[in-house]
Amino acid sequence: MNEEENAAPVGPDQIRDAVVAEIPHLRRYARALLRDATAADDLVQDCLERALGRLHLFQPGTNLRSWLFAVLHNLFISQRRTQARRRDEPMAEPPSPAVPPVQTARLEARDMGNALAQLPAEQRVVVLLIGLEDMSYREAADVLGVPIGTVMSRLSRGRERLRLLMEGPPVEGSGEPVLRRVK
Amino acid sequence: MSDTGAHRPVDETMLHAFLDGELDAAGRVEVEQWVARHPDDAARLAAFGRQKAALHAAFDRVTEETVPTRLLQAARRRRQATPWARIAAALALLVAGAAAGWFGRDIATGPNRSVTLAERAIGAHVIYTAEVRHPVEVTSAEEEHLVRWLSRRLGQPLKLPDLRPVGFRCMGGRLLPDDGRPAAQFMYEDETGRRLTLYLRVMPEGRDTAFRFVHERDVSAFYWIDGKFGYALTANLPRDRLLQVATAVYEAGPK
Repeated sequence: MNEEENAAPVGPDQIRDAVVAEIPHLRRYARALLRDATAADDLVQDCLERALGRLHLFQPGTNLRSWLFAVLHNLFISQRRTQARRRDEPMAEPPSPAVPPVQTARLEARDMGNALAQLPAEQRVVVLLIGLEDMSYREAADVLGVPIGTVMSRLSRGRERLRLLMEGPPVEGSGEPVLRRVK
Repeated sequence: MSDTGAHRPVDETMLHAFLDGELDAAGRVEVEQWVARHPDDAARLAAFGRQKAALHAAFDRVTEETVPTRLLQAARRRRQATPWARIAAALALLVAGAAAGWFGRDIATGPNRSVTLAERAIGAHVIYTAEVRHPVEVTSAEEEHLVRWLSRRLGQPLKLPDLRPVGFRCMGGRLLPDDGRPAAQFMYEDETGRRLTLYLRVMPEGRDTAFRFVHERDVSAFYWIDGKFGYALTANLPRDRLLQVATAVYEAGPK
């Protein structure tokens, strides 16, 4: 079960170094998950503090990346829940009207970001863990604490929905529920 | 290897598994042959491939950004309370206030007090499991004191269930107000930091009940009355897994 790149760290210092090496991945994932860069880094910071506070619970030889993503995921769930309780406010800003593109990557990021924000969180996390972070289904199931079959069905639904949002026919006016934010 | 003639149709899940490198050689051949004969599925497969590429195109640049200093510091050392931490603490208070308001709704003692028990337990779970730095009032390092203190406040001897056999380590606990009465919350976590809370209060009029299950957003709870106590076990866990833990709690309970 060892991931070659994660099998090495043993001592606390080495684990810390390995944690630091994961920060860019955690940031990328959090950015795609939340869209807002500051909120994403806040989540990563919380994750790092919580993870480092329990380094003693990490078992050397197991997958550090999965562990960190699991910590981040649990924080994401807790935060979403408190936010949802406070009010049913959306997690991200509503899609903004198109602005003249500065560069293609930015435009793609905005389109993809908008489309992702329309997915229910449980589908979004699976699409991102597998599609962006290149996790195996097993790793994603471990991160989320759900059976592998659940990962597969959420992935299927999430990608199909994303496909319709990105490439499908215009949905406005058709009463199609696909675009509605589902909480 | 001449006969790869799979008869089952390739379903959606298999297309994704193919794309994600989850299939063995035989499975890959099966999908390849299938999409060669089914242009619609070939088009879907291509679309999902483009989607994956688009995700990378949109977000890979984040990995090239300079990592903010605050994140490096967070990873390098344990920190004192920072301005950010204070903001988080203030926010938590705000959330607690909002939740108290939300709770006010069902303070009225309805006919079904154990439903209220579950709602209170879920509310307390939501508030305190989100706490990064102060999730508990007394940590499990002072387990004896914790149990003695809460037993005294609840007026009944409590036992702290050992949930390590089912994968959860006790972090500690806190005293909570429950409609003018004391209640106890014990918090546990697994090795990934997934948190679970056990909420207990004395039920003077209680008669034993079976496990009942509620699910609200992404939190689930089992609650029941056993002897003098009402219990509610709350977590973001699949029902089966939560039931396993609830059973462990029940078995550890006072008999």
